Amino acid sequence: MHPSVAGMTERPAGWAVPWPRARGGWSRSSPRPYRFRGAGAPSTVHPGAWWVWSLGLGTAATRTTNPLLLGLLIGVAGYVVATHRTDAPWARSYSAFVKLGLAVLVIRLVFAVVLGSPIPGSRVLLTLPELPLPDWAQGVRVGGRVTVEGLVFALYDGLRLAALLICVGAANALANPARLLKSLPGALYEIGVAVVVALTFAPNLIADVQRLRAARRLRGRPDRGVRGLLQVGLPVLEGALERSVALAAAMEARGYGRTAEVPAAVRRTTAALTLGGLLGVCAGTYGLLTAAGGTYGLPVLLAGLAAALGGLWLGGRRSLRTRYRPDVWGVRAWLVAGSGVVVAGLLILASVSSGGSAALHPGVVPLVSPTLPLWPAAAVLLGLLPAFVAPSPPSPPSPPAGKPSEPVEPVAVKEPS
Amino acid sequence: MIRFEDVSVTYDEAPEPAVQHVDFEVPEGELVLLVGPSGVGKSTVLGAVSGLVPHFTGGTLRGRVTVAGRDTRTHKPRELADVVGTVGQDPLAHFVTDTVEDELAYGMESLGLAPDVMRRRVEETLDLLGLAELRDRPIATLSGGQQQRVAIGSVLTPHPRVLVLDEPTSALDPAAAEEVLAVLQRLVHDLGTTVLMAEHRLERVVQYADRIVLLPSPGAAPAVGTPAEVMAYSPVYPPVVALGRLAGWSPLPLTVRDARRAAGELRERLADRPYPAHTPTPVPAAAVETPPAASRRPFRRTRPSPPPTPTSDTALEPTPTTTPRRLFRKTPPPPTTLCPAEVDALSVRRARVEALRRVTLTVSPGETVALMGRNGAGKSTLLGALVGLVEPAAGSVRVGGAVPHRTAPRDLVRRVGLVPQEPRDLLYADTVAAECAAADADAGAGAGSCRALVSELLPGITDDTHPRDLSEGQRLALALAVVLTARPPLLLLDEPTRGLDYAAKARLVGVLRALAAEGHAIVLATHDVELAAELAHRVVILADGEVVADGPTAEVVVASPSFAPQVTKILAPQRWLTVTQVREALR
Repeated sequence: MHPSVAGMTERPAGWAVPWPRARGGWSRSSPRPYRFRGAGAPSTVHPGAWWVWSLGLGTAATRTTNPLLLGLLIGVAGYVVATHRTDAPWARSYSAFVKLGLAVLVIRLVFAVVLGSPIPGSRVLLTLPELPLPDWAQGVRVGGRVTVEGLVFALYDGLRLAALLICVGAANALANPARLLKSLPGALYEIGVAVVVALTFAPNLIADVQRLRAARRLRGRPDRGVRGLLQVGLPVLEGALERSVALAAAMEARGYGRTAEVPAAVRRTTAALTLGGLLGVCAGTYGLLTAAGGTYGLPVLLAGLAAALGGLWLGGRRSLRTRYRPDVWGVRAWLVAGSGVVVAGLLILASVSSGGSAALHPGVVPLVSPTLPLWPAAAVLLGLLPAFVAPSPPSPPSPPAGKPSEPVEPVAVKEPS
Repeated sequence: MIRFEDVSVTYDEAPEPAVQHVDFEVPEGELVLLVGPSGVGKSTVLGAVSGLVPHFTGGTLRGRVTVAGRDTRTHKPRELADVVGTVGQDPLAHFVTDTVEDELAYGMESLGLAPDVMRRRVEETLDLLGLAELRDRPIATLSGGQQQRVAIGSVLTPHPRVLVLDEPTSALDPAAAEEVLAVLQRLVHDLGTTVLMAEHRLERVVQYADRIVLLPSPGAAPAVGTPAEVMAYSPVYPPVVALGRLAGWSPLPLTVRDARRAAGELRERLADRPYPAHTPTPVPAAAVETPPAASRRPFRRTRPSPPPTPTSDTALEPTPTTTPRRLFRKTPPPPTTLCPAEVDALSVRRARVEALRRVTLTVSPGETVALMGRNGAGKSTLLGALVGLVEPAAGSVRVGGAVPHRTAPRDLVRRVGLVPQEPRDLLYADTVAAECAAADADAGAGAGSCRALVSELLPGITDDTHPRDLSEGQRLALALAVVLTARPPLLLLDEPTRGLDYAAKARLVGVLRALAAEGHAIVLATHDVELAAELAHRVVILADGEVVADGPTAEVVVASPSFAPQVTKILAPQRWLTVTQVREALR
């Protein structure tokens, strides 16, 4: 607790005058008694760092089909999530991503069984009755031989996709997506808010559907089945719309979209830079993609990009907004992001080097049992670094130790008027 | 500070103005209460202060509204954001970000305050509203009272000079409401904030008001005065005022304390009067409609059984395997009456949290039970378990002999009906007539039975009205009629008086009393102590999923300071509960 809480109730006067607390040694130069001075929300690493880390692991996963390495990657991501996940609602998405990964794996295997596999295999596991297809469907096969090689190949492939998904899920669980959007440049802020609102829209919609399906039961109608879902569709959308309008009103009343006066010249320059920049990006990309434009493509693209960024920066001057406790990219963020980048880099290096390539892609034809390559495995283990450098989240139910558990409820002062 | 100059507001496509001739002024540093029956335009007046009416809602505003010298005609809501803070009826619709601390900072970020100023104000506001422990919590995980405090805090951080609140306490339990009101009181007294607030539950707020603006009826010009002046003739008034008017006290007391000081003589007059019997009227067995499948089960069974099927006749024969539990039962099972609701040692888990712990409750026909307790105590979960929306983790629930979560919805509606917290959830159709037809079909009742109920509960509603155009009270009545179409012996209501004015509440009390007299068992979950005192034969208080008190209303509420109605507080140690009781006794 803060030292001056006791004095709060008899604070002489008000809201508009300088705070007694601010005068009592809380000037800006003296250290403030906060747990993490100047940091973002306490005990968090910059959300961008988590995303870089997880995308690094994901990139590493795309470079190998070795099931042992992929398992190791999934384990590393899972361990960090297990130690650093908070109890927040967005952190629960991790299990959803794990399930999605498993589903992808299963679907990949089912396809390999039903549709056959391009892998030429000799060990036939079973033979399904083959569906005779007309001539124009040549190259498509339904049923037929199922080989061990084909299945193993599908398993490796599916596992790689699953690992990628689980890495993305880890980022979702460790970093609040809304906080990442807060780091957007000022000119993009309003788009960011729109995205955040859209993100909260989906969970609310699901909650509405559940509530209304429950209400169907109260009317004596079956609460399961597709028909039940369809009949609540309209009320759910109505409710969602109403809530959006209410939120828009609340945001408007709280000053969303206030703009600063900027000189007309700046406004025009902003518009010119942004438009010109976007055109340049389009032209440059076109140039890069067509065979003829190899010479001008890259410079135009870069110039367009620079102009667009300049436009964004100038556009940010119209926005009055300030940031409350912006996330700082500190040493820990560097370590977390760095470990992900290093894992990705080392695996890319291993995959292009002649010796490592075989170990990263264990042979399917002929079938060999995969071995754990020492150096890539050690590289993957570097991804565990965040588990040790990032601060662990406080355990939610019990207040952090060393904090006196003072009652924080306001004292109910009732005065007869 | 706030000045209305002959303001009238007409919404698009509305034939008449929503409010007209509104002309009053709120001086700086006052707490002004806006009162009036439902539908007189209180929300419109509040919206006009923040500029949302008409900038956001559309419509035409005649006259002039100025706030801190700024004309809302020339200033958009966002340009008033630094002087006016607005909190609407539903705090959840107000939140833009997802954690408490970010929410408190959001308004300041929009206004472009310096980071160190924001930091200081967030810390101050966290302490002022007692939110320091919750600073990192996701808002979705907070209780209702906490959310309301966060909503107020989020508009306080930009230091608005005016605070506009629409029903800040109507969704809160008595203790949480006191918390919020204490904060408002502190803002007005310590910081000189001007507060304009609308609230239906006058018994909670009237003593805090410096002045009252009364909108007596739609389209009528508002009356402004001190609370005592306005309450003398207001069509809406709290029980303390009702008692004061009954006893002819002058000046009219507004607080329990003032009323107690005036009540000595009234207590003497009441001393030798008998308390009214507050027990359910005995119901002739024939009046209780029991579903055919269940009526063939004369014995109350102690073990959960598979859902009853019309062909099963096992219950008619004596059970061959006698469970040890039955041997130890001291009282024999009651003969033929079937319990509308029987809950035995019920436990419910919700996402690792035990929402209910070994709750035991029996409701008999004709009895009205009020479930009370703070937000999140498990009241709605218990109601959900009784209609089979929630599956028990342990223990058993029987509704008219059936296990609710294993009974088909079509059968269940004839045993139990629930009017949910948001009655709109029950209504799907475009018109009242279509809704009634659907209800008849759902319940298997004869054509027109729902419509007859609607006409009884809601006289003067035409067939082609859209349910959305009904007022809060009318919508509740329509949902009630829909549920009653199946004539369930057990009727459950979740928070029925939220958003109802005193007149609508009185009508609801009349309807529910008549239903109880017909033999319906009624269970209502409510924060409204006055409603419970008026209606309930029995009060059950839940805390953290456990039953902490269960007994006749008079005994339970008299023993508890936070659940006692105003009349009880005024006339203690005598045990009168409502103004009606006192009036009857004095007759």
